[in-house]
Amino acid sequence: MAEASRETWITGVGIVSCLGEGPEAHWQRLNAPPPPPDSTTFAPYVVHKITPLELDKQIPKKGDQRQMEAWQRIGTYAAGLALDSAGAKGNAELLGRMDMIVAAGGGERDEAVDAAVLSGLRSAANKGTFLNERLMSDLRPTLFLAQLSNLMAGNISIVHGVTGMSRTFMGEESAGVDAVRIASSRIQAGQSDIALVGGSFNAERKDMLLLFETGGYAMKEPYAPVWEREARGGGLALGTLGAFLVLESRESATARNAKPLARLSSVQSDRVRRQPGAVAASLTRMWSAIAPKVTSGRAAILSGASGAEPATAEERSWLSSVPALPVRATGTYVGHGVEPQFVMNIALAAIALGHQKLPAPASPFEAAMDKPLSQVVVTGVGHWRGEGMALVEAAG
Amino acid sequence: MASASRAPVAVTGMGVLTSLGIGKADNWSKLTAGQSGIRAIRRFPTDGLKTTIAGTVDFIPVDPFCSTDLAERMADVVVEEAISESGIGSKGDFPGPLFLAVAPVEIEWPHREMVAAASGANDTVTYDDLLRAAAGGRFHSIHQRCMLLSVSDHLAERFGTKGSPISLSTACASGASSIQLGVEAIRRGEAAAALCVATDGSINPEALIRFSLLSALSTSNDVPERAAKPFSKNRDGFVMAEGAGALVLEDLQHAKARGAKILGVIEGCGELADSFHRTRSSPDGKPIIGCIRNGIADAGLTPDDIDYINPHGTGTPENDKMESLAVSAVFGERASSIPISSNKSMIGHTLSAAGAVEAVFTLMALEHQRIPPTINYEVPDPTISLDVVPNTARDAKVTHAISNSFGFGGQNVSLVMAREPA
Repeated sequence: MAEASRETWITGVGIVSCLGEGPEAHWQRLNAPPPPPDSTTFAPYVVHKITPLELDKQIPKKGDQRQMEAWQRIGTYAAGLALDSAGAKGNAELLGRMDMIVAAGGGERDEAVDAAVLSGLRSAANKGTFLNERLMSDLRPTLFLAQLSNLMAGNISIVHGVTGMSRTFMGEESAGVDAVRIASSRIQAGQSDIALVGGSFNAERKDMLLLFETGGYAMKEPYAPVWEREARGGGLALGTLGAFLVLESRESATARNAKPLARLSSVQSDRVRRQPGAVAASLTRMWSAIAPKVTSGRAAILSGASGAEPATAEERSWLSSVPALPVRATGTYVGHGVEPQFVMNIALAAIALGHQKLPAPASPFEAAMDKPLSQVVVTGVGHWRGEGMALVEAAG
Repeated sequence: MASASRAPVAVTGMGVLTSLGIGKADNWSKLTAGQSGIRAIRRFPTDGLKTTIAGTVDFIPVDPFCSTDLAERMADVVVEEAISESGIGSKGDFPGPLFLAVAPVEIEWPHREMVAAASGANDTVTYDDLLRAAAGGRFHSIHQRCMLLSVSDHLAERFGTKGSPISLSTACASGASSIQLGVEAIRRGEAAAALCVATDGSINPEALIRFSLLSALSTSNDVPERAAKPFSKNRDGFVMAEGAGALVLEDLQHAKARGAKILGVIEGCGELADSFHRTRSSPDGKPIIGCIRNGIADAGLTPDDIDYINPHGTGTPENDKMESLAVSAVFGERASSIPISSNKSMIGHTLSAAGAVEAVFTLMALEHQRIPPTINYEVPDPTISLDVVPNTARDAKVTHAISNSFGFGGQNVSLVMAREPA
């Protein structure tokens, strides 16, 4: 059975969002007032658009770039940043035994083809035949590969050479939480030494907006920060982002002189039937596994609250009554990126711990914190299901 | 790495459903009789399509058809069978986590058409029209159905699995990955039991056309039951199929302690990703060779211990060539004498479900000491010198078997299985 548990270190971080690229850009922007999201491109919907990326820096071959759709390019780019940050890029021996767990959503549609087919179907004499003919002639053969959930991992293998193990967890906020949980559990149990874990989300797609709008979640103008949406019934201001971590056993990192950015001490995930009080009960259950370790008096919360209601109001109420620690909601800055959101917040926690400082408050609900920061609790309450929590601690 | 447990994990319940029928008994009798489940597609018009055959599961009615609905219903059936056989837990209370392999859930054409009709748009329909029609919550059912966790959440609710259910995809290796995740969780001591499920109901026009456009499918439409020809010289692609498999995995000591019947054990799991190409194997075969070797090593065995191979064996020119090369490299002189038979010759390629469906059949081969055939083997490929158990099932002594699953995106998984250890 399980051996004595090993420590999981975070030795690499790769993040891209509307705030920019990399730890420093994110740190600077998190300490300034939140930038307003875009409300014109997809009007009336508000979306946090990603900063333009110089793809050649992480995906050198144009042919590789062409084989991917945006969500895969963003993820492959962020994965490259994480490998660079960990000093693992190009280390074939290390990459050849590196785990990879990707949290992915569904692939991108060709909106023009969809629209043309839907238009034609209205008047087609034989709908089935019409659909066959149009899809056979209009779908690009490689589009499928840009849609398959596991092909972000496939592209990371091709572009960056990560091949030890490749798994893709599909869907919703839980995918990100469980990707981190299982990657870390494998390291702690000695099933693995090093793992690349993360994902990406492209909010700048009408097909994605449609999926969330069918559930009534896509946020329309006027925009409001995460903690201030309850009165209007909540909403997701979707955000394009990519976030990857390199997780590593202490032994592995020490042996190759890799410095820890932070320690990942606990990852909890949960599934509850969402009824009034269920989110709070789930947070309490996960917190009971983490609270005994939160003893520094220098701890804070990075909340992954999505802005969807009633989940966000319930989390907010729980945060003020149970841990009662200073809170920051990163969603106000980067938007809600669903699958990689939890990974992004662990990355931001590691960055804040590196500065020994919690970013400035951005809402009346967010208390100032003057003491140096040494522990961060990350929450990840899914917009309609799936709950997660992690403890990230200063290294050393 | 050396510190991790590599203990064998017990299988105490199994369920299976393919185009051949429902349940272990029916499938096994047809499989060992060399029967094919491949037929002409009747679910939707096939005019204009290059491939018009598939292993559809038509005996579970889903109307209007929705791939995810079918995947979910098939999963319900196989999980019922597996849990019932294992006798673990109580109704609606499975004492462990769920690992589900499922095709990526997506909005399907009937959903899109429904929203388009509600948009009131006349001549041309745009995504703006769909968005406008979707506002207001009348299509909430589409959100519930088409969010990616919808099937796993349903199974978690119905069968009472514990913790956050994992929905995963490693393309055509997904079913094997679900088992691998269960084995690892039990070896870590996180759970005494795990429910590993794989299901795929993908036969709809767009899914078929996607594979067709990649030239992956057989176009031998005239005699459907003879279209899937793994390892034959005239093989011309795989045949898409539907199905589901479920396994109750259990810590071996836990299973023994409660007096469960042990159907077999998963001895080892191997994995190694390929970085060569999105759809093709590295020409030197190193990743799949390494994957098979990793599985055998994880089981604490050597290649000499393996006496049956359940291959990925899709019937595409590329897969069977590369798999044959890998088998030759790993097993050396023994390669041509180890029985290797492809279930896909009869049930087609059940895609996300294949790894679990074929693990069930591999465990049944161990249980019955009988190897199902590779049917449609009429024209041997002179470059493939393997014992494919041609056309007729065979009794054989099988002690340790390996099942391979390879998928787009460089996904490779090999599972090593055996009967209950003495």
